[in-house]
Amino acid sequence: MQRLVVVGNGMAGMACVEQILKHAPKFEITIFGNETHTNYNRILLSAVLAGEKSLDDVTLHPIDWYREKGIALRLGVGIVDVDACAKTVTGDDGSVTGFDKLLLATGSSPVIPQIAGVNNDGVFTFRNMEDARALLERSRPGIKAVVIGGGLLGLEAARGLQVQGCDVTVVHLMDTLMERQLDTAGGTYLIRKMERLGMRVLLHRRTRTILGEGRVEGVEFDDGDRIPADLVVIAAGIRPNAELGRRAGLTVNRGIVVNDYMETSHPDVFAVGECVEHRHVCYGLVAPLFEQGKVLAATITGNRGPVYEGTVEAAKLKIMGVDVFSAGDFREASPDDGIEAEAVRYEDSALEIYKKVVLAGGKLRGVILVGDTSDSHRYMDWLRNGVDVTRKRRRLLFPEPVEDAGFDVAQMSDSETICGCLGVSKGDIIQAIHTRGVNTMAQLKESTRASTGCGSCTNLCEQLLRAVAPEFQEETKTTLCACFPFSYEQLREILLSQKLKSVQEVLNVYGNRKGCEVCKPALSYMLDMVWCGEHEEDRSARFINDRVHANIQRDGTFSVVPRIRGGVTSPDELRRIADVAEKYSVRMVKITGSQRIDLLGVKKSDLPKIWADLGMPSGQAYTKGVRMVKTCVGTEFCRFGVQDSVGAGIELERRLENLYTPHKVKMGAVGCPRNCAEATVKDIGLVGQEGSWQVVVGGAAGKNVRKADLLITVETTEAAIEAAELFFQYYRENANYLERTYDFVERMGIEKVRKETVYATQPERLKLLDRLQRSKALAKDAWLERETPVHPTQFIQIEPMENVFA
Amino acid sequence: MIPENKWTRITTAESVPLREGRAVRLGGVEIAIFNLGDRVLAIENRCPHQGGPLCDGIVSGTTVVCPLHGWRFDLESGAAVRSSLPACVTVFPARVEDGIISVNIAGGSRIEMEDAA
Repeated sequence: MQRLVVVGNGMAGMACVEQILKHAPKFEITIFGNETHTNYNRILLSAVLAGEKSLDDVTLHPIDWYREKGIALRLGVGIVDVDACAKTVTGDDGSVTGFDKLLLATGSSPVIPQIAGVNNDGVFTFRNMEDARALLERSRPGIKAVVIGGGLLGLEAARGLQVQGCDVTVVHLMDTLMERQLDTAGGTYLIRKMERLGMRVLLHRRTRTILGEGRVEGVEFDDGDRIPADLVVIAAGIRPNAELGRRAGLTVNRGIVVNDYMETSHPDVFAVGECVEHRHVCYGLVAPLFEQGKVLAATITGNRGPVYEGTVEAAKLKIMGVDVFSAGDFREASPDDGIEAEAVRYEDSALEIYKKVVLAGGKLRGVILVGDTSDSHRYMDWLRNGVDVTRKRRRLLFPEPVEDAGFDVAQMSDSETICGCLGVSKGDIIQAIHTRGVNTMAQLKESTRASTGCGSCTNLCEQLLRAVAPEFQEETKTTLCACFPFSYEQLREILLSQKLKSVQEVLNVYGNRKGCEVCKPALSYMLDMVWCGEHEEDRSARFINDRVHANIQRDGTFSVVPRIRGGVTSPDELRRIADVAEKYSVRMVKITGSQRIDLLGVKKSDLPKIWADLGMPSGQAYTKGVRMVKTCVGTEFCRFGVQDSVGAGIELERRLENLYTPHKVKMGAVGCPRNCAEATVKDIGLVGQEGSWQVVVGGAAGKNVRKADLLITVETTEAAIEAAELFFQYYRENANYLERTYDFVERMGIEKVRKETVYATQPERLKLLDRLQRSKALAKDAWLERETPVHPTQFIQIEPMENVFA
Repeated sequence: MIPENKWTRITTAESVPLREGRAVRLGGVEIAIFNLGDRVLAIENRCPHQGGPLCDGIVSGTTVVCPLHGWRFDLESGAAVRSSLPACVTVFPARVEDGIISVNIAGGSRIEMEDAA
């Protein structure tokens, strides 16, 4: 068997090896990798830094894969020399390995500008897993980070560092961010988005020195300006690692020169990926690797035939909420080749969408998309296949009206790439659907890894599944409102991973910047829940009831319901309530269905005074929060009571009061199965029986009537309350906003609810309870705002400074 | 231009929080003043549907949503937005000068109902 030695264990080398394995004859393969990790998805390192993926998530080939394929893997060994005559490679460990065929897949290295101080501690590049790990370790809130380079990688690194809490400045040499991919207008939109995310962008700045003695303290520019920095990331471009090619005596310009068959100037030495130069182009993106790999695999296995004719370069910025796509040549008139190009533009400055396509000779030459990249695959197709678009001129910038949902994918050929990150074609996906029974997106990801990279092909994958899979199952996706294109689950993930803490921040970056009466309260709730109360509260995003902690009535007055835990009050409390009702001429005093007392017809400006006079906490009757625990008399007086429902109810109410929930939560506790306080039609109910409690959830007696499901039966009151707490927090974290427990329990299924609450492992249960405790620790009686209003005019009607008719 | 003496000084700009409204009674009219960050806008504080206090609504861009039944009004024109029936509220010229919000109560205007639909 012939010996194949591969130098480089990265995406290019491994994509090629995967292809080689599909061909006969077989090689005896040895792979050298100078990193200590098996092959991973380098383009996801930005997502790792941005907290969207963990380091473990990015592995492409686990160690077992190499073993199964019979590949000898040498990790942590760099190859320092190649002898093309003797056909050997020499490792930095002194080893000499012979080969029949050699594949160089050495990739590229970051360009480090020749400036003083680049060796200081705190100066990093952002290229490999070690870099990502080091940056994750060093970045934290309060750290000032400067990223030198405003290209794709620099911007992704900058956003990642910012998500880690750093105060980030991007310094760019040119006048336009990503100037290789964007024109001035596109760059301006991009800057706006980056700045709105909270990063500073300095253009047209050449860094002269990295300041600091041994440790970074700042950077100094050509004009003498300085900015402080604790951490500097250099992302000033990459350079092909062509040194081994030179040592082997191959023809090398910028990169190792290869022809259309991916052959170098030596018959037994091959090269692939970022280290090669093909038709005078060195690529720095992922898509060409796969195309080159396929051709090279054919050539190296003696099946020479397929040719590589270059790749249309396309770039997509992988920052969540900042959609930027660019492909081809976007210059409008290029004197080099004398072709007069025509530009077609679309721009909406309010929605921050900018699209430009450049045409030459009736064909697409280049495209820029900012703010809306949903059409990128269409343009890629036109570019790759040189489609004549003359007849599409009037609708170049908008999708063709498609009534046939499968039309988009039906237009693609089987060999067309759907997932550019992982190199998965339409044919691959169809094959997976047919041979591996793929029916859902989750299965598709599992089976082909398609859409697990940047995710921009998710729509296409879904369309393909819908068109092909015999039992396609739509993944339920409920968007909040038209202000966001995301589902609840996605929004929760975004808030967490992007560390967003205020409603306006979320709207500015991921929404339409305006928001509406639907999403603003929902986001307010989610932020409070996700950050356990450590969010930035914005009252303008709250419904009026949550601005003034009272329920607005049809005449614009408010109602006041003090908390009466378990429905148990006292003569003194009742007297105070009576006094308040008289003093403020309350129009109606009403006993509610929740064993509480409602004072109706109160003016907004009287609210703080009434709360003070009552001296009782808020009953949260106006909000999506913890209402009450209705109780029966229980064991203390009732002849039939077998459990202390009053004690349990009051304790449960104390543990959960002042917390907010996706919708109101009404609870009940009864001391025997006669169920006098109707606990089985409450969101959470404790039903006492001889020697134990039944904890029931998801009951309703409102618009819907539903008997609650049994969550668990426990012996002690403490265990019953803990089960209620587990369910309560689980509901807080997983329900959609405005979803009552009865809908939630039905949607999830009670078995799943049990499995993930009372039957969850001890650590999982503790985590739920811990998050509940953290929220509870910061939860306050809202009526205390009578003494410390969030705004001086929170409760008052403004008096004009001058009388209009004076 | 509106004559200087038609402007009534209402309150300091800080009295109306960002993206919220506050009510003020001027003569016989109750006016809702909104702070949109770059400017203030003033409309009649009464929803034509059932009299809801618009000052207590959630602001969405340059519109406000009535807290009672969700009718939405454009703060610049006063027109009901996406309403099944044509409806509108009076809008009043408002400005901030030297940190003081002023409203021109005499300059109130309503759009023609035909346009409101």
